[in-house]
Amino acid sequence: MVENPQINVVTMVEAQSPQSNFRGLEAKNIHAWFGKHHVLSDVSLRFPERTVTGLIGPSGCGKSTFIRLLNRMHEFIPSAAMAGQVLKDGEDIYAPEIDAATVRLKIGMVFQKPNPFPAMNIRENVLSGIKLAHLKVADHDSIVENCLTRAGLWKEVKDRLNATGGSLSGGQQQRLCIARSLAVEPNVLLMDEPCSALDPGSTLRIEETIKELAEKIAVVIVTHNMQQAARVSDFCAFFLTDGGPGYLVEAAPTKILFTNPSDVRTADYVQGKFG
Amino acid sequence: MSAVVIETNTAVPVPTTPWKQTRRKQIVSASTVALSALIAVVIVLITGFAGVDGWAFTFLIVSLLVTAVRALKADAKVRKEMFVTVAIFATAALAFTPWMSIFASVVMKGARGFRPNFFVGDMRTTIPDDELNLGGAGHAIVGSLMMVLNATIITLPLGILSGVYLTEVRGRLTFLVRFVVQSMSGVPSIVAGLFIYTTFVNYTNSFSGLAGSFALAILMLPTVARTAEEVLKLVPDDLRSASYALGARQWRTSLMVVLPTVRSGLTTAAILGVARVIGETAPLLLTSLSSNSFVFNPLGGPVGSLPTYVFGLLQIGTENSTNRAWTGALVLMLLVLALFTTARFIGGKDRR
Repeated sequence: MVENPQINVVTMVEAQSPQSNFRGLEAKNIHAWFGKHHVLSDVSLRFPERTVTGLIGPSGCGKSTFIRLLNRMHEFIPSAAMAGQVLKDGEDIYAPEIDAATVRLKIGMVFQKPNPFPAMNIRENVLSGIKLAHLKVADHDSIVENCLTRAGLWKEVKDRLNATGGSLSGGQQQRLCIARSLAVEPNVLLMDEPCSALDPGSTLRIEETIKELAEKIAVVIVTHNMQQAARVSDFCAFFLTDGGPGYLVEAAPTKILFTNPSDVRTADYVQGKFG
Repeated sequence: MSAVVIETNTAVPVPTTPWKQTRRKQIVSASTVALSALIAVVIVLITGFAGVDGWAFTFLIVSLLVTAVRALKADAKVRKEMFVTVAIFATAALAFTPWMSIFASVVMKGARGFRPNFFVGDMRTTIPDDELNLGGAGHAIVGSLMMVLNATIITLPLGILSGVYLTEVRGRLTFLVRFVVQSMSGVPSIVAGLFIYTTFVNYTNSFSGLAGSFALAILMLPTVARTAEEVLKLVPDDLRSASYALGARQWRTSLMVVLPTVRSGLTTAAILGVARVIGETAPLLLTSLSSNSFVFNPLGGPVGSLPTYVFGLLQIGTENSTNRAWTGALVLMLLVLALFTTARFIGGKDRR
């Protein structure tokens, strides 16, 4: 390695917010295992509020494992283990007194494959998080409209809110899933390749949505699409594996990472020389 | 115009279906089947083979032989295709024929007693050998339906919960629960009846509808639990992940996301369970016994049911009692048929 990449991250973030009252999500020296298999090694990254961070890198380098660790979805895999800390607004989400369901309520996730609930209609899908987490909300209609609007789907579905989620196109379903995760008002939204199954038009619409979201919350997006990372993210982190566990090569503001990366492997990857 | 465009034609062509069989081929296939069937009939008439099943078996062999003759002209690949096609159709006929012949004989023999009074009357003032326009099996139909309904009320929550335990909770006892459920499906039905006889019937000192329901519930539980487990396994993990990622706890996820997704499958599980036990006779002989009149109280002594009605009347063996038994069998079969049709209908309405 040319230099310690974490120095980059810390300096870049500290320019925006002082260490003492950091608002957002912070991963410190994260490792991950499946059984004896070490899949992720020593990743430290910060995701400040009102930013979009893109995670890029070839398949199998631990990006998805990493973001599943950020909202405690990692532990659903029976053989999973981890090390390190994940702090949200300075609080460790893996502390014993912390409840995992509450963590996931505040750190939402959008999956690679659109997964609206088939037994619910569009309206119920948007409100499902509120029902599932027992939240008390007065005005359901305004939440449905607000979330669908923010997900860029309102105009297309406002006349058929009682249709099933499955009757929508793939891109619309994915935006419905985004609307669903917005309804519980998370502070962080994790997106695991949200556009990999979508056409360019839907992708563009979702990217606009991501930018609008970043006016309020922190967004972390895993993507294999370099152009997408360049278009939507403020910061970018490059992961790599040499056959062993995946690790963080470099993290920097997106423009710098794409035009003037400090590591030669990053340069090769973003220019499409491998991966 | 560019070089790759061949020619434009503004006239709309006639729609064709070149992938379908030509009329000539259809006639050839149909005549092969007809010829084989005819030869089979002749063989059944002049040899020792007898009955519909004998015909079906002969038909299988004859149709293969006829195909062999026809295939002499064809080349190797086509020949193989012809043989396999004929073998598939003929074996399907072989499997289907006995079933049809059972169904047909029950319908024919049961039709004589199939009249309105059969559904509303009982046998309180009628002796089995009376004319068929007297008496009926209303008490047996009501008794069967009530016992099965109560058994379903007992079994359905238990079956669904054990399915949820096996697929959602996946607790430490998963292996044990699955093993017990599987062993239970092998319990002979008379053993289930004997178990309730030595416990519940001995304890209450009386045969009763409730005892019958308990015995049926024991037999029904494995079917419902295993079907529920299979159905729940089909729920994609994506949906569970989505629910957890929204901050839901496990029981909310199971109750509000997983179970509603397979609502129709769980209905099918219940109906399959009902169809499994509605024709059971042996356990009822030890628990609800039988009765000649309507009994609506589940604890009010012996209760009539369709299987015991059929069993009792067949044992008497006079002409009219045997006719009544056949009608009882017909009604039982129609009930099961109706249940499976409902299951198909509800299952078919699934969104995926």
